[in-house]
Amino acid sequence: MDALHGRYVAQLMGMPVSLALRGRHARDARGGRAWAAVVRELEEVDAVFSTYRPDSAVCRLDRGELDLRQAPAVVREVLDLAERATQVTDGWFSVWLPGPGGPRRLDPSGLVKGWAVERAAAHLADLDGTDYCLAAGGDLTCRTGDADDVPWRVGVEDPADPARTLAVVPLLSGGCATSGDRHRGPHVVDPWSGQPARAGGSVTVVGPSLLWADVWATAGYAHGDDAARWLAEVCPLTTLVVAPDGSVRTHAPAA
Amino acid sequence: MRRIVLFLSGTVTVVTLLFGYHTSTAGGLYQAAVAVDSSSSTAATSGNTATGGTSSGSAGTSGSAGGSGGDSSSTRTVTGPTVQTQWGPVQVQLTVSGGTITDVSVLQHPSGNSMDQQINDYALPILVQSTLDAQSSQVDMVSGATVTSMGYLQSLQAALDSAGI
Repeated sequence: MDALHGRYVAQLMGMPVSLALRGRHARDARGGRAWAAVVRELEEVDAVFSTYRPDSAVCRLDRGELDLRQAPAVVREVLDLAERATQVTDGWFSVWLPGPGGPRRLDPSGLVKGWAVERAAAHLADLDGTDYCLAAGGDLTCRTGDADDVPWRVGVEDPADPARTLAVVPLLSGGCATSGDRHRGPHVVDPWSGQPARAGGSVTVVGPSLLWADVWATAGYAHGDDAARWLAEVCPLTTLVVAPDGSVRTHAPAA
Repeated sequence: MRRIVLFLSGTVTVVTLLFGYHTSTAGGLYQAAVAVDSSSSTAATSGNTATGGTSSGSAGTSGSAGGSGGDSSSTRTVTGPTVQTQWGPVQVQLTVSGGTITDVSVLQHPSGNSMDQQINDYALPILVQSTLDAQSSQVDMVSGATVTSMGYLQSLQAALDSAGI
């Protein structure tokens, strides 16, 4: 593979989305068109799912102005996935979050990002002889066509010091997601209490699918100090947990 | 223009290959192994990580890395594309000498209210080191970065690509 990557960046869904391509179409017009298709698709997804746009289907659903049966099919698909995510995480992942003193509010953002990025990456899978790594706000999905090829090298940010990467994940094809403290925007919320989850540390999950890596990372972070033990017990994916004191624990499920 | 001193010594030493495994799920090939830096930090300040979720800012500039790898013995500057973050544009410039980055300048950084400014003051300088660390450990992407820093990182990463580094 060509050592030089093609790189693209755009601000989408309120976060930077970044693409690295390597191989035949890494730096040519076909690669550029595939990127344009990714951008278009993510813009469409944002129009439907944004919790910041009062006219989005999700906001109208939340306000009771839209019946689920009339909602776009993709909304039902995402809510079905969300229900499965809640089940497999024993309730530690939820898109229905307790509001401040009020009823639960619909916020599928935690699932939509992974779902949308993975879906948009289909445009990149069409590029023959080309590997991709597509990242959105610190979570990513990647593919390598040839098993003998060099894996993508994913750096895991040190939550105590974003100046450092404290781990490297060589990933041929799959997804990697990290949940951590957020100075801005919504915190990871404990779906039971509605309170922001723990302070400090982070949870990184690596697996075949970005969507499920993201779900488990969010659930693990929401779980709090017990995240490492809990994930090792119930999560079928590879996990890296940085505790608030900085200690790192990794776990891989039995093959 | 804002200049930042570089720290070239902060190389990440990857020491342990902890585990690796394969699984054959639909969609195919999956291989994961995690190597942890032996000197990982012990301090626990709160993180500075990405804003999740879907939000309003969707208009963006897309930049692609231009140029190709050049002569590694000369000194030259490479400018990354302007990357839009929700707090404003970020753009960086590298000086490369003999294949090594000798300086990084932030040509544009978001300026807004004082809160944004604080975050920028905090986020941008340390990311210079982050990127050098990332470069030295040959990282293609970072999982867990801030939104501001991602914009910065990507501009810088694109500049790195342009420089053929």
